[in-house]
Amino acid sequence: MTMIFGIPLPALLGQLLIGFINGSFYALLSLGLAVIFGLLRVINFAHGAQYMLGAFAAYLLLAHTGIGFWPALVIAPLVVAAISAVIERTMLSRLYDLDHLYGLLFTFGLALILEGTFRWYFGAAGQPYAQPQILSGGTNLGFMFLPNYRGFVVVASIVICLSVWLLIEKTRLGAYLRAATENPQLVQAFGVNVPLLLTLTYALGAGLAGLAGVLAAPIYQVSPLMGSNLIIIVFAVVVIGGMGSIGGAIVTGYVLGILEGLTKVFYPEASNIVVFVIMAVVLMLRPAGLFGKEI
Amino acid sequence: MSSLTGSGAAGAAAETGPATAAHARHRNLERLGFAVAAVAIALLIAAPFFVYPVFLMTVLCFALFATAFNLLLGYVGLLSFGHAAFFGGAAYFAAHAVKVWHFEPLSAILLGAVGAGLMGLAVGFLAIRRQGIYFAMVTLALSQMIFFIFLQSPFTHGEDGIQNVPRGWLLGFVDLTRPLNIYYFVLAVFLCGFFAVWRIVHSPFGHVLQAIRENENRAISLGYRVERYKLAAFVMSATIAGLAGAMKAIVLQIATLTDVAWQMSGEVVLMTLLGGMGTIFGPSVGAALVVTMQNYFATSDVPVTVIVGVIFVLCVLLFRRGIVGEAIRLIRR
Repeated sequence: MTMIFGIPLPALLGQLLIGFINGSFYALLSLGLAVIFGLLRVINFAHGAQYMLGAFAAYLLLAHTGIGFWPALVIAPLVVAAISAVIERTMLSRLYDLDHLYGLLFTFGLALILEGTFRWYFGAAGQPYAQPQILSGGTNLGFMFLPNYRGFVVVASIVICLSVWLLIEKTRLGAYLRAATENPQLVQAFGVNVPLLLTLTYALGAGLAGLAGVLAAPIYQVSPLMGSNLIIIVFAVVVIGGMGSIGGAIVTGYVLGILEGLTKVFYPEASNIVVFVIMAVVLMLRPAGLFGKEI
Repeated sequence: MSSLTGSGAAGAAAETGPATAAHARHRNLERLGFAVAAVAIALLIAAPFFVYPVFLMTVLCFALFATAFNLLLGYVGLLSFGHAAFFGGAAYFAAHAVKVWHFEPLSAILLGAVGAGLMGLAVGFLAIRRQGIYFAMVTLALSQMIFFIFLQSPFTHGEDGIQNVPRGWLLGFVDLTRPLNIYYFVLAVFLCGFFAVWRIVHSPFGHVLQAIRENENRAISLGYRVERYKLAAFVMSATIAGLAGAMKAIVLQIATLTDVAWQMSGEVVLMTLLGGMGTIFGPSVGAALVVTMQNYFATSDVPVTVIVGVIFVLCVLLFRRGIVGEAIRLIRR
């Protein structure tokens, strides 16, 4: 059997794949956080809860109406985005003129409400969600066995990240977004409806979290607390990458997922904390983050 | 005791301060504060004869925790989302010291506080490199790392926690298994911690902290080494939070992962916000309300997390000054 640094190759590749998949979720979630933060200057603590909401929307669609994975992949993020848009319009938008810490505290409370409600209704245990039929089974790549659905998640997350990046960097709407990030008053003076832009941005970020939740449902179980522990790691990812750039958030997400996977192979005891350790090192060497500018 | 210091401070203010209306109002408010403190202490001394002492002690532990947290949020403007690490960490240290090393309770509590202070030094050193929301995220992430370290360390016994911590004999001769003895011990520690925070806030050092809160760049341009002040405040806050956590481990005789989890960090934010951040009494009022509410709903099947979340949202949207903050505003008018 092929060995690398005393580790059998299939084990190494297996952990790499797990790391890549975790990294896909880190990238999707930190992308959403960065999009929201860029314009609203709000750290969306409810991001983990919105991810959980997406997964539950898919689960409930299947359980109560028989709507399967593929329609859910579209419907669930739209539901999450719509709910989040209402919350932004009615409550969050009142806090923009205050210290940014209030946005963090508000979304923290929101996360507690969402998670508490689902936990109360569904219990803390996870609900299984079957992967779509067409992606069951796996492919033998010669050097390792790749479950089809996991391969799909990796590809899908890359496609989604790239599309959002293109949307923001290359389209007219993205140009408005970037302009409003730099100087909202001026953009408003040019006749762009900035409050609407803010709502759309929050809905987009939350929708991305919901989409990540649907993708995650067949891999991890659908549980009320699935987002709360993940979101703290994603916060660390965001601190490491710095929230100055969308691309930076995406790259950092994947890299840290893979590093975490490698840690599981070489020093499993530290796999829980490796992201935080990297964050501490980055804070010492480059306080503004790898891609960030101090805000 | 408190009425003595009260008249002393008011007298000093009368000698030095110009007799403007604002000063007079400030002095009146200060006098009112001392009166409230005197009444509160009297009530706390009488309370164990009317209310279940363990409940009162839990409130006092959390009130001290929130007061320590408020030193940072209310007076330096730094939102730490990781204070559970110091509270729960000190609880583990004290519980281990008493149970395994057979420490005397007071020295175990002090050991816990010192341990929390050292953790605060490490966390603060990293966290003050970033500002605003980043500061909150860094403290949250580092406290989560500490959570995992405690989860995996053998001495914390993982999910079980350290249970059946003996209360022991204070200084070798006061039996802390008797409810009144331990209650007055806890009250004394609480008052010491509370007085320490009050002293820090009203010292020249505390005024520099408030200057940093109001305008950090201006404080820098006046020549203050802002990061040193922030770090010092962080360590003090962590130490006193540790004092509260270590005391809680002795009172409730248990130290568990709940005390170091991020939800606990959120709870202390809520207590401070609800009571009124940047006020001396606010955090204690908030702590009393939150602990009472949790006790009340613990036996029902109402989800406490949801209620906590709703209070959070309402406070942020409608009630940002908190209870004591609103009261002060009404009196000032």
